Amino acid sequence: MNTDLLLQLTVNGLIVGLLYGVIAMCFVLIYKSTQVVNFAQGEFLLIGAWICWSTLVWLKLPFFVGFLLTLGFMTLFGILIQAIFLRPMIGEPIISVIMVTIGLSMFFQALMKWIFGTAPASYPQVFETQTVSVLGMNIEMAYILSLIFSFIMMGGFYWFFRYSKMGLAMRATAFDQQVASSLGISVPKVFAASWAISAMVSATAGIVIGMVNGVSDSLSFIGIKVFPAVILGGLDSVIGGVVGGVIIGVLENLAEFVDSQYLHVGNLYTIAPFYVLLIILTIKPYGLFGTKDIERI
Amino acid sequence: MIALSMRPCGDFRTTYKADTQIFETSTIRGVTIASIIALCFAPLVLDAYYLTLFIQISYLAIAALGLNILVGFTGQISLGHGAFFGFGAFASAWFTNTFAVPVWISIPLAGCFTMAVGMLFGLPAARIKGLYLAIATLAAQFIIEDFFARAEWFSGGAYGAAAESVSLFGHTFDSDESFFYVALFSLVFMYIWGSNLMRSRDGRAFVAVRDHYLSAEIMGINLTWYRLLSFGVSSFYAGIGGALYGHYLGFVSAEGFTLMMSVQFLAMIIIGGLGSVQGALLGTIFIVLLPEVLEGLVGMIAGSGLVEQGSLMESLSYFKEMAIGLVIILFLIFEPDGLAHRWKQIKAYWKYYPFAY
Repeated sequence: MNTDLLLQLTVNGLIVGLLYGVIAMCFVLIYKSTQVVNFAQGEFLLIGAWICWSTLVWLKLPFFVGFLLTLGFMTLFGILIQAIFLRPMIGEPIISVIMVTIGLSMFFQALMKWIFGTAPASYPQVFETQTVSVLGMNIEMAYILSLIFSFIMMGGFYWFFRYSKMGLAMRATAFDQQVASSLGISVPKVFAASWAISAMVSATAGIVIGMVNGVSDSLSFIGIKVFPAVILGGLDSVIGGVVGGVIIGVLENLAEFVDSQYLHVGNLYTIAPFYVLLIILTIKPYGLFGTKDIERI
Repeated sequence: MIALSMRPCGDFRTTYKADTQIFETSTIRGVTIASIIALCFAPLVLDAYYLTLFIQISYLAIAALGLNILVGFTGQISLGHGAFFGFGAFASAWFTNTFAVPVWISIPLAGCFTMAVGMLFGLPAARIKGLYLAIATLAAQFIIEDFFARAEWFSGGAYGAAAESVSLFGHTFDSDESFFYVALFSLVFMYIWGSNLMRSRDGRAFVAVRDHYLSAEIMGINLTWYRLLSFGVSSFYAGIGGALYGHYLGFVSAEGFTLMMSVQFLAMIIIGGLGSVQGALLGTIFIVLLPEVLEGLVGMIAGSGLVEQGSLMESLSYFKEMAIGLVIILFLIFEPDGLAHRWKQIKAYWKYYPFAY
């Protein structure tokens, strides 16, 4: 038993899992307030990471300026996507809505490949030090950064939904759209806001992952990996998304450990979450924290 | 999902028999049969490029019809159809290579094998629906894809599997001209079967499950069984389509059967029309011809010298993907009932001209 490797992989899993959790949170945010299952979540990461990369490398802006520009762009992008493509789909059957987001995902993935190519690109050095030593383990600075980022985002979400006026409006809209709009909440505004926030936060996650692993179109696959996380946590639970993300992140790395030490089948890392997903769906379809659909005749 | 109930104005039936006929009028029946007979002479006239396109349309259209039975008629969502298509291709190659089964038996056998696998992955569908089902089939897509890469005994792993050509009564269908007839026969056979299935008790049960599953269950339709059966039938079609694909190319490799392919199948039935047998065919024709038309267009722009020629042709594959994505979105927003519905409206307009409104 290789304890060092196990520990290292578990820590990796926790950090990656928290990032999954943040992305899952963005996914749940859109699902909860607008009832849209967003298959294009991964493309938000991809677009955000590439935009930020291009401001740094092509325009040679300092990191924080480029970062803020990206955030501004993604806010606009999220609002436009919602207004142009998703608003006409309100009231359509669920498969149509799913297909629109799949179409968007395909379109933007190809567009990004066309503009930026398929080769992975690395970010310019933002931080001085590469690794820091914590409790005798060498941890990459970028990992620390992503850890801090995840906690800030989660705290931000908590504060936003708990105390801010917009967050309250969103929760009200998620609870009942008709009641919310009769209380003077502008539902279209809430829809736009949730897409904007989701796009913005996902883009930030994309930038963080891009700093660690480089930017390439594999970023969009994370949008698909989020599904096991949200299903495990429950589709309409923000906390569930975080918990699911962490569990899937750790599980992925444990699968890697078991694979490399005992089974030697290879590639168990990417496929294990999907087996878990199928198992959860057959035994507990509404996840750990999700609300059960109760149907009345 | 409302394609069946949405009839253009003035186009109504007075008897149940008229309502369930495959061909609405004898003229349509005549034209269809005549065009099939005309197609039989196509290899004598057309060159290999068009024959290849036709063969491609046939095996994809068979699989697309399967998906339409599942999505359009039964109202279940599947994002794993591409994987089932691939499974059929590998299964048929596996039967012929390992057990020396003749190809014309191994194709339906592959269909049945894929059906079994489809029903296995359809098991969660007994309990879940809507978007949960979409995500479950997404998982199925990745698991089956992973299986292709892993199971060397079945798929030849990274090397792929060789598939023999179809041969019957000592004649081998290995050229485009001869395989054309295999494709045409399979296409016509599977489409007639599909149309008839939709007129049977099982077909009506599928539609009832889609339209209101609670009412369907109260009226004595076993929901679990019909959802599973729908998955089975859909995978069977995918398997047949995939097997034809494998035996046409002579070689099956694991790379092609990605999520992208599943999305393309969905695009076909959305563009053609959910819940319409001819829609599946129309949509497949559209999706197969779209890249060809695009290629011609890009070639024209590149040829005009306005932009650098090399870079534009290089990005062609991205343009194709972008076009498919865009077409899905545009159809869903502007013509959610697809080409089949539009075609019906055009027909009705001329049928009652000048009194249609």
